[in-house]
Amino acid sequence: MNDTLTIAGREFRSRLFLGTAGYPNQQVMLDALEASGSELVTLAIRRISLDGYSESLVDVIGDRAGLLPNTAGCLTAKEAVLTAQLAREALGVDWIKLEVIGDRELLYPDVEELLRATEELVGDGFTVLPYCNDDPVTCRKLADLGAAAVMPLGAFIGSGLGIRNPHAIETICARSPVPVVLDAGIGTASDAALAMELGCAAVLLNTAVSKARDPVRMAAAMRDAVAAGRAARLAGRMPKRAFAEASSPQLGLIGT
Amino acid sequence: MSARIRVNGREEELNVPTVAALLADRGIAAGTRGVAVALNGAVLPSRRWDETALSAGDALEIIRPVQGG
Repeated sequence: MNDTLTIAGREFRSRLFLGTAGYPNQQVMLDALEASGSELVTLAIRRISLDGYSESLVDVIGDRAGLLPNTAGCLTAKEAVLTAQLAREALGVDWIKLEVIGDRELLYPDVEELLRATEELVGDGFTVLPYCNDDPVTCRKLADLGAAAVMPLGAFIGSGLGIRNPHAIETICARSPVPVVLDAGIGTASDAALAMELGCAAVLLNTAVSKARDPVRMAAAMRDAVAAGRAARLAGRMPKRAFAEASSPQLGLIGT
Repeated sequence: MSARIRVNGREEELNVPTVAALLADRGIAAGTRGVAVALNGAVLPSRRWDETALSAGDALEIIRPVQGG
């Protein structure tokens, strides 16, 4: 069955986006990428080391996946806009995972700056995918400003605490005019499956794979979990009930 | 006193004429994939590295993509 994800006119067969940070080594990262089936990977933009040559991450990834640079670490719209513009110049890619952080310890989004940066980057021709709060109002404002998707957090970045407020995520998914990508907080495969069951269009994760004891195996588990959660969502779950309802027939019970 | 510029947050003496020369000095050829430059807070496309002269007080950011989430 054809069930591709479309964001800003671009089609994805995989609904899993993968981060490239924190793997034991580069080969494990590449093997995990392959096992995940992901077609889009995130990168950060940093000052170049002026001390010597090191292999370019872009060359390492090659054509294995599309590139989604981020603005991780930016504290203001101004910093994020310049970082996005530098990423576009460096990579020839006008997609940006927009992060504007209001607290270096919590890595929680700064909504005012995020909205400002979204507006500016959309106006500058970017396809903007903002990392944001699990807040339906913020998500709607981002979509209204032209974000191509919204990416609410499940929990703090890198925490692995899973989806702390599933009802908020479900509400966002039900109301969003653009695809919802669960970004941040995924700790294990069941978290990724839950995100998809709640109605997310895709999941973006990094640490859950890179810091697993066996990252490649976890990448495959995430691939399967996203596929299973998506299938369950499309299948439509049974209604929840407060009490038991026997699934076996009640007629013809022995001894009655 | 000699003219000084800031490169990636570090102050240094200005002893090259252009952005292209400064990058070549660091082993970065124009058009190197994955490298981008901002001069005084604005992106400077690589096609303009050659013609862009540096002057005292300029601030350069030279970036590349790295692993990230």
